[in-house]
Amino acid sequence: MKHFAMSILLAVTGLSAQADLKVFATVPEWGALAKEIGGDKVRVYTATNAFQDPHRIEAKPSLLAQARQANLLVAAGADLEIGWLPLVLRDSGNSAIQNGRSGYFEASAFVNRLDVPATLDRAHGDLHAAGNPHTHLDPRNVLKVGEALTARMAELDAANATSYQAAFKTFASKWQVAIARWEKEAAPLKGVPVLVHHQSFVYLSHWLGLKEVGALEPKPGIEPTSGHLTGLLSRQQTAPARMVLRAAYQQEGPSQWIAGKTGIPAVLLPYTVGGTPEAGDLFGLYDDTIQRLLKGIR
Amino acid sequence: MQKSFAMAALLAASCGAQAATDADLAAIRAQIDEMKKSYEQRIASLEKKLVQAESKASAQPVAAPVVTTEGRQTAASTASGFNPEVSLILQGQYKNMKDVPERGITGFYPAGGHDHGDGAIPGISKRGFSVEHTELVLAANIDPYWRGQAIIAMVDGTAEVEEAWFQSLGLGHGIGLKGGRYRSGIGYLNEQHPHMWDFADAPLMYQAMFGEEASYVQDGVQFKWLAPTETFIELGVEAGRGATFPGTDRNKNGSGAAAAFAHVGGDVGLSSNWRAGVSYLKTKAKEREGHFEDIGGVEALGKFTGDSSTVLADFVWKWAPNGNPKYQNFKFQTEYFSRREKGDLTCSDDEGVGNACDPLVAGDSVTSRYKTRQSGWYAQGVFQFTPQWRAGLRYEQLDSGHRDFGANAANLVVADYRPKKATAMVDYSWSEFSRVRLQFAQDKSMLGITDNQVTLQYVMSLGAHGAHKF
Repeated sequence: MKHFAMSILLAVTGLSAQADLKVFATVPEWGALAKEIGGDKVRVYTATNAFQDPHRIEAKPSLLAQARQANLLVAAGADLEIGWLPLVLRDSGNSAIQNGRSGYFEASAFVNRLDVPATLDRAHGDLHAAGNPHTHLDPRNVLKVGEALTARMAELDAANATSYQAAFKTFASKWQVAIARWEKEAAPLKGVPVLVHHQSFVYLSHWLGLKEVGALEPKPGIEPTSGHLTGLLSRQQTAPARMVLRAAYQQEGPSQWIAGKTGIPAVLLPYTVGGTPEAGDLFGLYDDTIQRLLKGIR
Repeated sequence: MQKSFAMAALLAASCGAQAATDADLAAIRAQIDEMKKSYEQRIASLEKKLVQAESKASAQPVAAPVVTTEGRQTAASTASGFNPEVSLILQGQYKNMKDVPERGITGFYPAGGHDHGDGAIPGISKRGFSVEHTELVLAANIDPYWRGQAIIAMVDGTAEVEEAWFQSLGLGHGIGLKGGRYRSGIGYLNEQHPHMWDFADAPLMYQAMFGEEASYVQDGVQFKWLAPTETFIELGVEAGRGATFPGTDRNKNGSGAAAAFAHVGGDVGLSSNWRAGVSYLKTKAKEREGHFEDIGGVEALGKFTGDSSTVLADFVWKWAPNGNPKYQNFKFQTEYFSRREKGDLTCSDDEGVGNACDPLVAGDSVTSRYKTRQSGWYAQGVFQFTPQWRAGLRYEQLDSGHRDFGANAANLVVADYRPKKATAMVDYSWSEFSRVRLQFAQDKSMLGITDNQVTLQYVMSLGAHGAHKF
């Protein structure tokens, strides 16, 4: 018992010496952003990886244990994590990160959301009342979220506030330069019609001017059916798409089927940090996404 | 609000025109003038806002519909778009099985539990088509510190409060507090609702432990503590009324049931997660009724008074490639229980059918020692091989174990039996909210009977996404 108490004490003091802020990020992109801002002042735990469907995560024991110790929870929001996060929050016994507290941060709250449904009816699939939650694929959103996240981190860890602000400033200026470069590189993608597996790329399309002419899922969250895919195939005659996009976490079968039938390339996009070997950080994520798209229209 | 007030004022003014004095009228006029002024001001400000919004919108042309959010105020819209969150579970089935009167598990105390059926056809032995459960779930955060949930189960003309509890949100330090009527944290399956079960029915072990409901429900309080460690370690204790099987409802102060549990869990690599637990439940019973069979095969009423203590062990392993369960996943779960009961058993002939418990005259009874030590387990594996299809196997076995009936051993059948059951199921889900299941089971839970059961079941969830436990 004495040893146990000692080891807990050691663990607590040890951690506070290494990291001042313990961040629990639900998805890799916002975990990566917290790392950009926090550097070695934070310890970032990322709850999911790029190969997991962020809609289908379970409130597994390790997530509860991690949430218990976090000072700041960074979520994508807009109901993306509704299937597991509320449970993790409640069972974590951690008051600091509950919804409504300053330790709870939802990225989607700081950006303009697209695809906000006019009617909420499950007949239209698994819609998110607050709009499409995959907001990170517009780099301008990353900047907005970063600004808000920096402010929040500074608020929670005042001792390191200047460090966070400085790191974000550096990141933001590099990011703005990168945005200009990406927009230039991606100019040929403007107006290119594409098919998508799921509405994961709405913000990317909106930013680059890609035209989403169809989705392989008949309704959001419903897996592609052969009937629906055949329908897309016949539409290809009248409104041809030039490639079919899917995220690293989605099955390749339906994309490959469409690609095989139509001769358009099936393009895998990293979707988030870690989705491809090249997408090691946020810069890599966009570099690789644009390169893969450009390769798709060649 | 103000408008209706003004209307009411006008109405009152016109009705009581004769009675109203000039002063009253002047006051009303002044009030109306004031309202007019305030409305005009408000309209003007709204118009101004509209102009501003229009100019903003034209300044940044956006093709798709856009929601403008202003930070934290609108951020908290997650689940509270509907307040409270409402969901409805529709569950029903078609069941083909043998017609066995007083269906039970041989060698185990017949747990009357409470019965959703209509008496003549208790739910557990209902054949053909039936609507098992219609569950209405209401949940919401009460305030920044508490959350509440109620589940109303509706079955054929009756509605009952299946759960009604509040839970702490803001205590911190890993502490969780729950109070009200809730599913006890013991075991693994106990906290899960029937619509989350991987099979159409609960394991025999749960039926033997807790009766037809197959879940131990507490009216009481639960205290949980989550350790600040990388490995998941959770400890919990409960105190409750103890009114349900294996306890009985009694009129007394203090608690009638106590429970304690410990859970550990974690990840193995990216693809596997596990959780293991041990639990303990202690209840007291006073004149707990159950129908027994006497040595001549005649029905006898048994009443148990004494203590019951149950130890449970559970283990769950989940696997999914890269931790992504959407396309493929496998889940293995197993639980074991051991129960000791000690006290007195009174056997009587309440129906006056002349059973062995009535040696003298009608209404007489025999009270004896009652001491049992029984156990059981199940193991199941469910494989989801495509996003829509899953298939599973379950095997289970109970052991009637040591049963000491004292003097009543001469009156009642004390069968030594090991009930067994093997089940196979396959289910299909259109989405995560709709599922149909086909299940085959060979049930040998009753001595001398092999019951081959076919169940076709549906589970449909409407409304708010309920987050499911691991």
